[in-house]
Amino acid sequence: MWDYVKLIALGAIAVLAAIAANFARDLAYQVNAITVMLAAAITFIVVLRGAGEPKIINKNEYLDGVVRAGVIATAFWGVVGFLVGVVIASQLAWPWLNFEFLQGIGNFGRLRPLHTSAVIFAFGGNALICTAFYVVQRTCATRLWGGNLAWFVFWGWNLMIILAATSYVLGGSQGKEYAEPAWHIDIWITIVWVAFLAVYAGTVMNRKEPHIYVANWFYLSFIITIAMLHLINNMAVPISIFGSHSVQVTGGVQDAMIQWWYGHNAVGFFLTAGFLGMMYYFVPKQAERPVYSYKLSIIHFWALIFLYIWAGPHHLHYTALPEWASTLGMVFSIILWMPSWGGMINGLMTLSGAWDKLRTDPVLRMMVVAIGFYGMATFEGPMMSIKAVNSLSHYTDWTIGHVHSGALGWNGMITFGALYYLTPKLWNRAGLYSLSLVSWHFWLATIGIVLYASALWVSGIMEGLMWREVDANGFLVNAFADTVGAKYPMNVVRTIGGLLYMSGAIIMCYNLWMTVRGQEAKAPVNANNAIPAE
Amino acid sequence: MELYTFLRSAADSWGLLFMFLMFVGVALWAFRPGSRKTHDEIASSIFRNEDRPAGDPADPRNSQRTEA
Repeated sequence: MWDYVKLIALGAIAVLAAIAANFARDLAYQVNAITVMLAAAITFIVVLRGAGEPKIINKNEYLDGVVRAGVIATAFWGVVGFLVGVVIASQLAWPWLNFEFLQGIGNFGRLRPLHTSAVIFAFGGNALICTAFYVVQRTCATRLWGGNLAWFVFWGWNLMIILAATSYVLGGSQGKEYAEPAWHIDIWITIVWVAFLAVYAGTVMNRKEPHIYVANWFYLSFIITIAMLHLINNMAVPISIFGSHSVQVTGGVQDAMIQWWYGHNAVGFFLTAGFLGMMYYFVPKQAERPVYSYKLSIIHFWALIFLYIWAGPHHLHYTALPEWASTLGMVFSIILWMPSWGGMINGLMTLSGAWDKLRTDPVLRMMVVAIGFYGMATFEGPMMSIKAVNSLSHYTDWTIGHVHSGALGWNGMITFGALYYLTPKLWNRAGLYSLSLVSWHFWLATIGIVLYASALWVSGIMEGLMWREVDANGFLVNAFADTVGAKYPMNVVRTIGGLLYMSGAIIMCYNLWMTVRGQEAKAPVNANNAIPAE
Repeated sequence: MELYTFLRSAADSWGLLFMFLMFVGVALWAFRPGSRKTHDEIASSIFRNEDRPAGDPADPRNSQRTEA
């Protein structure tokens, strides 16, 4: 019966999408509508082929298929996102790469949101969703709630990525940084996200363990806060239901403040809280020791929750934003340093008594470097939020360097560590195919980040100083184009850094592929229920 | 503007105090006497149930065991 309801709904969606494609007012919307139509048609066929068959849900088994799919998607989108990053870094160094025949599709302005969304929401998002599903099942000792709803979350999220990516390059952006998707994609994100929350909270409520392990707190706060941020930042009225474009409900400085309240908390809860959930599970597991201080993890969590939400205004120093709001953002950003470092210490000290493992385990080394970069980025961030520093650093490459030391160093490295941890477990292999390839990845990525971050420190501070330089009569010395010219060597180094980082990720993909394809399973796959010989 | 003024003054007085006390309360609660045993228990819970969910303890397949 349920299958027939699904088939009718999918058929209706396909027809409505076809109608929308027909009446589309812009190309981005039309391509989105056709994509939705195809996705609904494919899902229709899949549901049709399985219709009437009994759905078996084995409560004695974890739902790991969706985690495996998530691992593959994370690795794939990671390489795609890094590749687009290398392309746009090259376009900055060599502007002729903005080819004339690709104007309006493949130029920097169109590819830049593609890069940021691909790495944050496609790579990071898939990593968060799949590790959240893995961790919540293990720490709650129960199968994911909601049957196959977890699969809906996975496919729904990846469909969103395709929709957003095609929309961006065809001009469908709503022009809000990190919230570029057009209104119809925003609605789809909301639906998928509510399903994600339902699966996660349902699993936590069904738990067999008396306590909720701290990693789940971080994941849950990430899911809830992102829902809130997404809804408020995307309050917009579409110009037409058949077009991508919409008008924001708020305007002016209110809109700017909401945007950066969103923007900074996307960093705080998507890229920090969610990934801290990963840290609190995978680092203790890989080190085979419980977290250093559980009390500290509780304080870390609540301090982060109470402080992060106020830090957004530091993105709007010296603008139309009231002075008090700007000061508030700065003060909270500086206070935020403490919980961030508390968390870093907690992660690092988990290794106390097991530091020797760093010599033999490159996966653990990767996680530790990730925590190190978390510490560095969360020191740099509060410093840059100070108004005096911000007057030099804002709008320069320094900001971009800061973001990348956090994103490549912290988010990227902890995700790579989690993928290396998960792959042998999920596919039931004895271990990774090659540890020396992990070391290669580690060094390529680390050197890549160092080149990237240091190039942009130099470039950013130089830009900031050149912009404010005045001669004896008070006239500005440099034109904007002078700074662009002076940045050339740093732009080249940054491209090389990105290239190294991407090569590392490609090596990881090969290693993970060979871990699964190049080795025999330990025991038949899905042997989770077999009774071990004890 | 009335609403703005109200929210603005609530945020930097009672709202701030409320949240600050909440946070202090949470921190004190974490350090309550006897919490160490509970916290050690939770911190080591991740080393259980790695391969399959916990279930009916009578079923040998569901017996909780530490990492194999």
